[in-house]
Amino acid sequence: MSGPGRIYAELSRSLRAGEPVALATITELEADPAGAGAPGATLGAKLLVRAPAERIGSLGSDELDRVVERDALAALERGTTVTRHYGSRGEARRRDVSVFVEVFAPPPRLVIFGAVDFTAALAAVGRLLGFRVTVCDARPVFATAARFPSAHEVVVDWPDRYLRTIADDLGPRDAICVLTHDTKFDIPAIVSALETEVGYLGAMGSRRTHDERWRRLVEAGADEAELRRRLMSPIGLDIGARTPEETAVAIAAEMIASRAGVEHPSLRDAGGPIHQR
Amino acid sequence: MKEVLDQVDRWLAAGKDVAVARVVGLEGSGPRDPGATMVVSSDGEVAGSVSGGCVEGAVVTEALDVLASGIPRLCTFGYSDDEAFAVGLTCGGTLHVFVEPLDW
Repeated sequence: MSGPGRIYAELSRSLRAGEPVALATITELEADPAGAGAPGATLGAKLLVRAPAERIGSLGSDELDRVVERDALAALERGTTVTRHYGSRGEARRRDVSVFVEVFAPPPRLVIFGAVDFTAALAAVGRLLGFRVTVCDARPVFATAARFPSAHEVVVDWPDRYLRTIADDLGPRDAICVLTHDTKFDIPAIVSALETEVGYLGAMGSRRTHDERWRRLVEAGADEAELRRRLMSPIGLDIGARTPEETAVAIAAEMIASRAGVEHPSLRDAGGPIHQR
Repeated sequence: MKEVLDQVDRWLAAGKDVAVARVVGLEGSGPRDPGATMVVSSDGEVAGSVSGGCVEGAVVTEALDVLASGIPRLCTFGYSDDEAFAVGLTCGGTLHVFVEPLDW
């Protein structure tokens, strides 16, 4: 058997670099009783597609390659893996050839503000879940890579200033957790986070901290309806978490549940003390 | 796929052939989405997974066959009452797994 070639080399390079790439593979050929079938197309044939318009390999005909490249670029844009069917020369409404278009999207991002013990635990859980984890704090003594071995990067900067530098890259798959426990960092961080498109935004604190923070956020110009819709505060599910590790699990579970759009018992929607006696 | 790259590269460096099995379709309930990947070396070693452990054993057999023949194949695993002892998913779903030699 001949070993891997250029497509595998390019695919693994893109995956390791975290850049978006789509791999199209012929997974099924319709048996044609007339023997016409899908000339040129072979099972397992591959086309690697990267934006804006790069393709490596071939599915057997230039026409099919062009159509699949177009559909793979659309799948990359949506971020969804899909199987599509074509004629052997890319014709629509035919099912001679089934092509599995696997989209490898870059990992979603988890940005954690506040270099505290809870952050170390949340960074570890975030990494486990496949996030690219960034820890950001303005205090260089605390924001060190040694304290957060699970984080992919540790940034010393003011949260709102750092967020402005990455805001355009953040989308619905990404999450921001504000664990600073300090209003002078919290308020600008949350206000800037609301300007991004992140799918999850949570802030840690007791109920008293939450009430005080809410008041200050509104003073700072945050829209109350937007806060109610987007801000998970106090952060995490109401599962009686106490330790930093348990709290990290409660936060991560809330992130998963809100992405999935399922009912979940958030601390935000409960009353009473956060830590049960 | 990304999580198995290092293992694949170690096998290749050791001169082994590698088969790649990927979930390409799923009907009904199933534990892993399309794209879930398992790799099998010509020595029968395994990394990654395509289900919750239900069909991995059968996929190893298919992968070694594919390495021997050099020809990819689409395998379907499902559950039906009259095949209660065949390999299937306890959750009741049907899984399509494309198994191919890593020669591309």
